[in-house]
Amino acid sequence: MYDKTVRRRRAVLGLLVASSLILLTAYFGESGGGALHGVQRGTSEVLNPVQEGASRALKPVRDLFGWFGATLDAKGKVEKLTADRNQLRAQLAQHEDALYENARMAKLLQTDGAYDLKLYGAKTGRVTFQSPTIWYATIRVDIGAGDGVEVGQPVINESALIGHVSAILGGAAQVTLLTDTSSSVAARAGKTGIFGEVESAGAGDPNDLLLKYSAPGARLNVGDHVVTRGTVSNGDRYPDLYPRGLPIGVITRIDHQGTDTQQVHLRPYANMQNLDFVQVLTKPQGAGGP
Amino acid sequence: MISPTPKLVTRLVALVIGGVIVQTAAVSQLPIAGAHADLSPLMVMSVGLLCGSLAGGCFGFGVGLFVDLVSMQTLGVSSLVLLTVGYGAGRLREARDPEGTFVPLATGAAATLAFSVLFAIMQFLLGADAPVSWALLRQTLATLVINALIALPVYAIVRRWLLRALPEDPRRRRRRAYTTGGLSPLSRS
Repeated sequence: MYDKTVRRRRAVLGLLVASSLILLTAYFGESGGGALHGVQRGTSEVLNPVQEGASRALKPVRDLFGWFGATLDAKGKVEKLTADRNQLRAQLAQHEDALYENARMAKLLQTDGAYDLKLYGAKTGRVTFQSPTIWYATIRVDIGAGDGVEVGQPVINESALIGHVSAILGGAAQVTLLTDTSSSVAARAGKTGIFGEVESAGAGDPNDLLLKYSAPGARLNVGDHVVTRGTVSNGDRYPDLYPRGLPIGVITRIDHQGTDTQQVHLRPYANMQNLDFVQVLTKPQGAGGP
Repeated sequence: MISPTPKLVTRLVALVIGGVIVQTAAVSQLPIAGAHADLSPLMVMSVGLLCGSLAGGCFGFGVGLFVDLVSMQTLGVSSLVLLTVGYGAGRLREARDPEGTFVPLATGAAATLAFSVLFAIMQFLLGADAPVSWALLRQTLATLVINALIALPVYAIVRRWLLRALPEDPRRRRRRAYTTGGLSPLSRS
């Protein structure tokens, strides 16, 4: 009887391990439109309304936790924010002058110099899901194909660029964040406009990104701002999916500066761990885009 | 070993669906000290401790598969890892049958650690471009501490949910046998 039980237990264990390995191999072997991916998308589509409902129902609980966290966080930031405010006030006066001049120049060149999100068909969505593991930096929003959302479109929150749409699930969309190890964005940094690619510095750190492939001798400094590079010209064969000038983050550290192994670290402006509402730019090339 | 009754299977399936939805819709969106709790290894550990290795392994496989499906992650990774966690917790119960109030806490921490380490190994084997950084270790450690803190309530909820479907609670059976003199070492003398 005991032997039979042990044999049965081992057989079931072996069967489950084999099933997992078969799933894993088959999933890796097939394309994005394969059967297993289809089952995955189908399951997600079916469960989306349930998840959305659960997300709304549990929002008060999240808010309660968020309130405690935000209060503690805010207390620790008062001094720094006061100093920042004073500095920003001084900069504001200078920037208002610059803005006035910029508006005149923009009109002169018949380009829209202002950062107008309506031009990009921004659609607001609520975050209904966040990846449970630190290995996948993904979220899901409650807007999808019916709202004009397509794979590859940039996603922002009130602070900055946060990622791009990686899958459409009927009435919802999966968003891969900048901090995901598979994410990469063409970027421009510093006052001199150094080009590079912003990628994750590694799984597990939502506050650290890397600006890669910039020239070793590039003159970058801590505190320089990093924005999306965007389409260089209308004649480009493969235009960048991100509009030009969307803020990404600020340079916090440069390792081995001036060498071939230079590593430029930046902190994203957006708090990737506290995303509630986001906007998908459904016309990334502007009003006349694809 | 506990034989799977339809009632037990139904409750386990409901636990898989409910647990994963709560995890993805709420718990994953509550950052605590830069990390968040992960209910999956705790639920699997609880079922393993309550129902044994076979049920624990099957439940772990189910939870992992559902997590991978819902989260659109690589299919098979979570199921393989959680299957191991559930089977391990079940074997612990069958081989040692540990007693004590804090057993779920220690087992929950061990289950979370095993899950994190095995998941990381799987990711590296699959070619994830992620250096082992302090941030990653800090996140793993924070999740471990948070999970250890909530292991007892999660175990209590799972136990309460499954209690009616279990043939007989092993603890109650043992205590009753002991108090009636059946297993007391004093009764032999």
